[in-house]
Amino acid sequence: MSHNTMNLKLKVWRQKNANTAGAFKTYEVNDISDEMSFLEMLDVLNEKLIVTGDEPIAFDHDCREGICGMCSLYIDGKPHGPWQANTTCQLHMRAFKDGDTITIEPWRSNAFPIVKDLTVDRGAFDRIIQAGGYVSVNTGNAVDGNSLPIEKDKADAAFAAAMCIGCGACVAACKNSSAMLFLSAKVSHLALLPQGDPERKSRVLNMVAQMDKEGFGSCTNTGACEAACPKEISIANIARLNKEYLRAGLTVE
Amino acid sequence: MSSKNMFTSSVGKKLVMAFTGIFLVLFLVVHAGLNACIWANDNGLMFNKAAHFMGSFVIPRVLEIGLFVGIFLHIIQGYMLTLENKSKRAVGYAVSYSKGSKWYSRSMALLGTLLLMFLIMHIYHFWTPSRLGGIGAIQGLKTFELNGTEYHNLYAEMQAVFQSPFVVVLYVLACGSLGYHLAHGFQSAFKTIGIHNKRYHAIISTIGYGFAIIIPLAFAMMPISFYFNLIK
Repeated sequence: MSHNTMNLKLKVWRQKNANTAGAFKTYEVNDISDEMSFLEMLDVLNEKLIVTGDEPIAFDHDCREGICGMCSLYIDGKPHGPWQANTTCQLHMRAFKDGDTITIEPWRSNAFPIVKDLTVDRGAFDRIIQAGGYVSVNTGNAVDGNSLPIEKDKADAAFAAAMCIGCGACVAACKNSSAMLFLSAKVSHLALLPQGDPERKSRVLNMVAQMDKEGFGSCTNTGACEAACPKEISIANIARLNKEYLRAGLTVE
Repeated sequence: MSSKNMFTSSVGKKLVMAFTGIFLVLFLVVHAGLNACIWANDNGLMFNKAAHFMGSFVIPRVLEIGLFVGIFLHIIQGYMLTLENKSKRAVGYAVSYSKGSKWYSRSMALLGTLLLMFLIMHIYHFWTPSRLGGIGAIQGLKTFELNGTEYHNLYAEMQAVFQSPFVVVLYVLACGSLGYHLAHGFQSAFKTIGIHNKRYHAIISTIGYGFAIIIPLAFAMMPISFYFNLIK
């Protein structure tokens, strides 16, 4: 495979903290290998900024394997950049051409306040999970594997929903800043399994209430979330959430 | 845990939009079916009789009240949701994300506003003279008598209104807005009420797109038929 390097112009959102206004700042990065990941490219820029005494750009990342949900970045008008079903950390520089200008913005939603530069506080997701994204289990010895019979189709659908890494790309992509794809993945994952049954009704009501409290918008089924999701969570989960909600609302004691 | 705010939560408000939307879809079927009587080529007799039935029989009159309540709820709730949703992102993006969704699914409020403007004109053209004619300065419709019963001549009113090319163009454009509004709204409403089964969702989507083409096309053909004298 040939090695190519490229020179790029980056328009990066810089913001000191939640209380000060931010603005775009333009940087030039040279000799970027097309085999680098997007975050490595930012690392290179940050090293340069540190050497020149500038403040490095703050951005979230952790595993850099596409599984933790920590990285974000709204790159050239799409959460996690131009590739489909991909996280920013798994986006490689071969997605860009020499001479490109890349615009990098943070997730935009009032529910995700900016901490600094490209880093946003996604604690709202944690509080939604705390409101109902759990199951009650007996403590003590671990239960034998496969002691609870679960239909294969349901197990597969639950697993597909459980793929959600809670990165928030759905909120970033949605014109309403709605967290419904995230919430529906969490509700569907547990609603499909027998372990999720005891809290089935209270879970969906409490999680929707918490989502509203956090300041997310409502879903209008545009499908932008599904198209941006790095884990390809299906929008059908949102319809399932709606069903769970209607059922719980009408029948809860 | 409580179901008290069932219809005021974000999901609940969408349920209201979906239920009223489906009700309005049913109304469109009745309205288009009834109006199609103009094509009976009997100088509007069948159409005027059908309109007379709708105006004089108690069940359609009660449903008419429901229709106004439904439209009102759909409009108010729609605007409130749009404003609320817009307020959730105080700082917008420099580059907008438009690839993942259809333009009309993102423009339901705009399409709805065009429909509302049309609706005001439409009510002024037909509903007001038919239902409120004679009250104050509102001019009533022409009437004719058949077997001792007095009928409103709505057919003659349509003929008169659709002589203006300007009005015909406005009606046809409104049908375009209706088509796009339905293209998203029809299938979205069924998703909101919880249909997630792949097979049924595919069937509903197909019916939705068909509905979004056929119904507005039928409506658009009405002013066109009058303007070009295609019916006798």
